[in-house]
Amino acid sequence: MTELLKIENLKVNFRTFEGVTNVLNLESLSVAKGESFGLVGESGAGKTTLAYTILKLLPIPPAFVESGVINFEGENLLKKSEGEMQKIRGKKVSMIFQDPMSTLNPVFTTGQQITRVLQHNQGLHKAQAKKRAVELMNLVKLPDPENILSKYPHELSGGQRQRIIIALAFSCGAQFLIADEPTRNLDVTIQAGVLQLIAELIRETNVTVLFIGNNLELVSLICDRVGILHRGQLVELGSIKEVAKHPAHPYTLTLLRAIPKEKREKIDLTQIALKAEERLAEKGCRYAGRCLKKEKICLEEEPALKHIGGTHYIACHL
Amino acid sequence: MPSARVERKPKMLKFILKRLALGVLVILGVVIVTFIMTRVVPSNPAAQWVGPRATPEQIQAAKRELGLDQPLYIQLGIYIKNLFTGNLGKSLKTHQPVIEELKNYLPATIELVLLSTVIAALIGLPLGVISAKKKDRWLDHFSRFFSVGAVSLPTFWVGLFLQLIFYRWLGVLPLGGELSTNIKLFYQVPHVTGFLLLDSLITGNMVIFKDALLHFILPGITVALYPIGLVARMTRSALLEILGEDYIRAARSYGLPESTVLWSYALKNSLGPTITVLTLSIGYTLTNTFLIEAIFSWPGIGSYIATSILSLDYPAIMGVTIFAALAYVVLNLIADIIIALDPRVRL
Repeated sequence: MTELLKIENLKVNFRTFEGVTNVLNLESLSVAKGESFGLVGESGAGKTTLAYTILKLLPIPPAFVESGVINFEGENLLKKSEGEMQKIRGKKVSMIFQDPMSTLNPVFTTGQQITRVLQHNQGLHKAQAKKRAVELMNLVKLPDPENILSKYPHELSGGQRQRIIIALAFSCGAQFLIADEPTRNLDVTIQAGVLQLIAELIRETNVTVLFIGNNLELVSLICDRVGILHRGQLVELGSIKEVAKHPAHPYTLTLLRAIPKEKREKIDLTQIALKAEERLAEKGCRYAGRCLKKEKICLEEEPALKHIGGTHYIACHL
Repeated sequence: MPSARVERKPKMLKFILKRLALGVLVILGVVIVTFIMTRVVPSNPAAQWVGPRATPEQIQAAKRELGLDQPLYIQLGIYIKNLFTGNLGKSLKTHQPVIEELKNYLPATIELVLLSTVIAALIGLPLGVISAKKKDRWLDHFSRFFSVGAVSLPTFWVGLFLQLIFYRWLGVLPLGGELSTNIKLFYQVPHVTGFLLLDSLITGNMVIFKDALLHFILPGITVALYPIGLVARMTRSALLEILGEDYIRAARSYGLPESTVLWSYALKNSLGPTITVLTLSIGYTLTNTFLIEAIFSWPGIGSYIATSILSLDYPAIMGVTIFAALAYVVLNLIADIIIALDPRVRL
């Protein structure tokens, strides 16, 4: 399988009043063509930062890319100019955002927003773009497309808006899709429908996906392979089966335990509840401060990703 | 497709009518308060009417003629009744109908202020947008420096300074007035709407138009300076907030060009506050151009307001006050309508 996206030695930092903080430190990560790769981690792990870094939409300052390479189709995105990125965004790489409430422009109708993107990206005429917009509404299973397209975002529900955002992401035939927690701000009842829609569209269009989530089970519905991100570093990497069935890193275990389940009477939040320390330690494992199994070596040496069988890797000394 | 907007139209009409009715009430209130205030100030309108050498009998006769011997509430009633027929009474000083005098002086001021404000918006908006886009770069610093200067420099000083540069030193622009004397002597000045620039353009009188335009430049800049600074600052701060919104990042992620994102997606969201201050600034400037008109000998309402207040010419004071109230009501209505075009605003 050929690699569509390959990230190497990527370091993204934020400059704050207290100094420079590293939020992303990825030694190596690649996503093969046609693959669905999941990225799981708690809030603040750097998942969304990675998505913005790929599209070069990071707010600079305070953020800045210290070093690294993001190869997309063999070309380094970090070296591209703003003009070149505009030709990649939307057309080759598209993104579904996490908050449908704030992702659509409040002063334009949804129809205006969709047709404008179509007109610009595909050079369609207004009438053609309108026709295509109606098709897109059918694609994302929104009934009464003409009516939906004449509405302003605030007149629509969260689920309807997220479907429009999904339609926008699939509108221009992008080969790489970043889905940033697309169901995070939706009602539980709507989540399933939206997730199913995304899964269907991914299957139909055969698009390569970077799916970001904080719930490993949810991600496993869509993805083939998954990476666990903790404070900007990959701590575990493997196929869904390997990671979900045989989680090896202590952090992955706590993540899985934190998901509420019907049968389990008590949810074990003891470990996840340990707050991450505000500042990163100078040396050692970034998880050591919260790890219940930590040993002396964890505080002294940073663990590297090591192979533990199949396609399964973890970054842990134990 | 247009269902949402069809529902909105009758609502909008109702909204405008409601606002107009409220506006009439505001003006009525202004009339009553101003009338009482100008009349309780110790003065003798009848003596003013007949002049300084009148006999007591003549003053008594004038009192009866003007209805000043009646109780104040009856006078007020008569005034309001006349108001509905467009009769604002006669000036105590000139014995001319106030409405005619307003018609004489107002167009020059309205033309000066409106045209300057349009120019201010055309300069201030782009300045604010570019300033927000290039935040903390030299262009932004320049624009902010310019805006602060434009807002804080006294207008009369700016006017004098411009005259010094462009009339005295460079000799390229006229000192003041609306037209050159020789143009007034040799050409028939057109009179259609009372707005000189517009009239000369309508009648195709390019010589007059060119001369009027040259005369407009300096007072125009002087009036426009304050709103330019205001608009640039408001646009900049509103836009900076909007540019951090999620939908702007999303718009960029769809590959839309930066120009579309900035001038359409972001700007349309940030116009509300700018329009509000701009319309209020028009209202303020309309009644406060006295100094500028005095410096540039502009034949507008400014000096009329000043002399009528100084001489306690109460029908004239009432006339300009009603005009000012009317201007504010109309301008506020326009601002509200423009803001109500934002689909999120509930009517």
